[in-house]
Amino acid sequence: MSDINLQRRNFLKTAAGAAMVTVAPGMLLFDVAHGNPQSVGKVRWGMLIDTAACVPGCNDCVTACNKENGLSGGTAATDSQWIRKIEIKDISSGREVSLPMMCQHCESPPCVDVCPTGASFKRVDGIVLVDKHRCIGCRYCMMACPYKARSFVHEPLQDQNPDVPRGKGTVESCTLCVHRIDQGGQPACAEACANKVILFGDLNDPESAIAKKVKSVVSTQIRADLKLNPGVRYQGL
Amino acid sequence: MKRLVLLLLCLCVPAVWATESSLPKIDIGKGGECVKDVQWMRKNHMHLLVHQRDETVLKGVREVKNSLKNCIECHASIKDDSVIAREDSFCVACHKYEAVKLDCFECHSGVRKSAWLKRNAK
Amino acid sequence: MASYSIPQLRSHLFYVLMAVAGSIVLAAMFSVHSMEQHGHIITGMNNQIVWGMPHVFAIFLIVAASGVLNVSSIGSVFNKPAYKVRAPLAGLLSIAMLAGGLTVLMLDLGRPDRIIVAATNFNPTSVFAWNIVLYSGMFAAVAVYLWTLMEQRMNSWSKPAGFAVFIWRFVLTTGTGVIFSFLVARQAYGSAILPPMFIVISFAWGLAVFHIVQAAIYEWNGKHLDEYVQKRMRNLMGVFVIASLYFVATYHLTNLYFARQTEFERFILVEGGIYPKLFWIGYVLLGNVLPLLLIYLPALDRFKRIPIASLLIILGGFCLLYVFIIGGQAFPLDIFPGYSVSSSFADGEIGTYQPSLPEILLGLGGVGVAFLISAIGIRVLDFVPRELPKK
Repeated sequence: MSDINLQRRNFLKTAAGAAMVTVAPGMLLFDVAHGNPQSVGKVRWGMLIDTAACVPGCNDCVTACNKENGLSGGTAATDSQWIRKIEIKDISSGREVSLPMMCQHCESPPCVDVCPTGASFKRVDGIVLVDKHRCIGCRYCMMACPYKARSFVHEPLQDQNPDVPRGKGTVESCTLCVHRIDQGGQPACAEACANKVILFGDLNDPESAIAKKVKSVVSTQIRADLKLNPGVRYQGL
Repeated sequence: MKRLVLLLLCLCVPAVWATESSLPKIDIGKGGECVKDVQWMRKNHMHLLVHQRDETVLKGVREVKNSLKNCIECHASIKDDSVIAREDSFCVACHKYEAVKLDCFECHSGVRKSAWLKRNAK
Repeated sequence: MASYSIPQLRSHLFYVLMAVAGSIVLAAMFSVHSMEQHGHIITGMNNQIVWGMPHVFAIFLIVAASGVLNVSSIGSVFNKPAYKVRAPLAGLLSIAMLAGGLTVLMLDLGRPDRIIVAATNFNPTSVFAWNIVLYSGMFAAVAVYLWTLMEQRMNSWSKPAGFAVFIWRFVLTTGTGVIFSFLVARQAYGSAILPPMFIVISFAWGLAVFHIVQAAIYEWNGKHLDEYVQKRMRNLMGVFVIASLYFVATYHLTNLYFARQTEFERFILVEGGIYPKLFWIGYVLLGNVLPLLLIYLPALDRFKRIPIASLLIILGGFCLLYVFIIGGQAFPLDIFPGYSVSSSFADGEIGTYQPSLPEILLGLGGVGVAFLISAIGIRVLDFVPRELPKK
């Protein structure tokens, strides 16, 4: 009798162990892909955009982005635009503001939630990306994004930047110039802005310039009511 | 039985003929052995590439050695800096011979990065 | 000509119909090939209207595929003999339309060659991913159900199988509605009324499709549909049409009540050009009022009023989906509430959409696939409803 119990116990142990071994890496991967809140806290890349310094009509950030990422720069309805300048005007007061708009790199991105294949994902450092190897081009993420940040590649492309692969039939958006960040650089738009409108950095590092500034000045997130907690913040809205 | 063997032998003829006469001519670019030997690479390069792409895309681990860019850097043709531009380009020649669809270059550049940078520096 | 007998003529006509549907499917395949080659640039879809004509067709077919099963549910679950004999036909139509709709949806993808990726990578938070399971499960469920109906030894299982299908299709249509319900930022969508609305609408569309097919089969075989059955099915369709109109009206009324939504409603119901026209004339007038008159006014008895009403309901369905899907996207996202906006990316502008031939052909191809499957099915297998002798 006790023999059987022992056997059963051993079996249960092995089974539990095997289950742990199979499930654990899966969970780890899931955490990586979906940005486990526990592992966040190390780095969260973000931007602070000072709209007061942003000049209406200036397009330097857009041009720099297009050049860096190999976009055509066309503005037809089927052309990709990773970053765009928006001129906004308060309907009741008439105050006008000019600002750059791109993927807001949300903490809870709707595009990641809706993507059927998991091609839309958030890196552990908060950057929201499309894994184009997995993207099937269903465009559901474009329907879900509240910021209209994503574009669909409508035509075959040639001669892409070797650092920025892009291709027909997949969805794309601002990568925060992830290829530069991984080499210690900063996004092309932030670098190109003569007025230093775009401040890029690690929101989670209390010593970083952006964290200090976010702490001391009033800044807002666009569509903060949706509680997506975007990594891009705006000053002077 | 004899007839069957004969038939099988006959069927082998075109295969033998094909292998001898039209092995792919490959422009290997600078070439050289940096990861593993040629036979191993022919068999397994895709696994290395897929592993490296997941590391890079998902985790941002941009280890140079096994990256597609690094492969292209050495294996792109000296003549046109590309692994896909011609019939005998490094990737195309073999993939055509093996009739395996080459899916990388709809998105990835098939051009040596150093050459691309030089061309786009102006 | 005179030497042809009627069955011979019919047989020829069958092959002509097959050929027509086949060529539509071929044309659709050619469209898909060109879309593969040139990209979606040859469609009217763009970065603002990301889902277009193919989605109108696909969603119609999928919703109708679920709704047509109502006929079999009434038979199997609620035990109505008049519907029971029609259950196999409804099952076949469901499978056919589901196949057609999914074909369109799949071939419209930017990378249809990667369908295997969709099958092997599953994001548990995505409604789309759930729907992949729901749709393929639906095929299986309906196939099993048909088997229990058509294999006599399995007949005793047809009730539980029918019940499973009954549940499954509710979940499936809910899933289709939820695709839009889960879109938090789009003013046209993101409403919890959409799944029930889709369910009720599916009843009307499914029954309309069923009526047309049934009328065609009876006409083809020179049979006359029993008056009693005719009346019952006609009234049922009337109820479904009224119910779906009610849901659509409620959807718009709640929107009209919210100040933040009135701008959108003004666009979709009054000022939006093609969209209000399609809504009021296409959906409300042709797709609801006229069919209801045809259904309920006895004075119109001399017309083939049920097939005509059904065709109108289907037409109205397409109009409604066009307004809902394309009109819903055409209205700009409100990224900065309280501000007027302008940019190079059409922020604050009404989206433009001009459906192109390839995408319409792709959509029609889905209808063609559905037609081929059902026509061949009806010809080779025993799907024609056989009236039970009256007691």
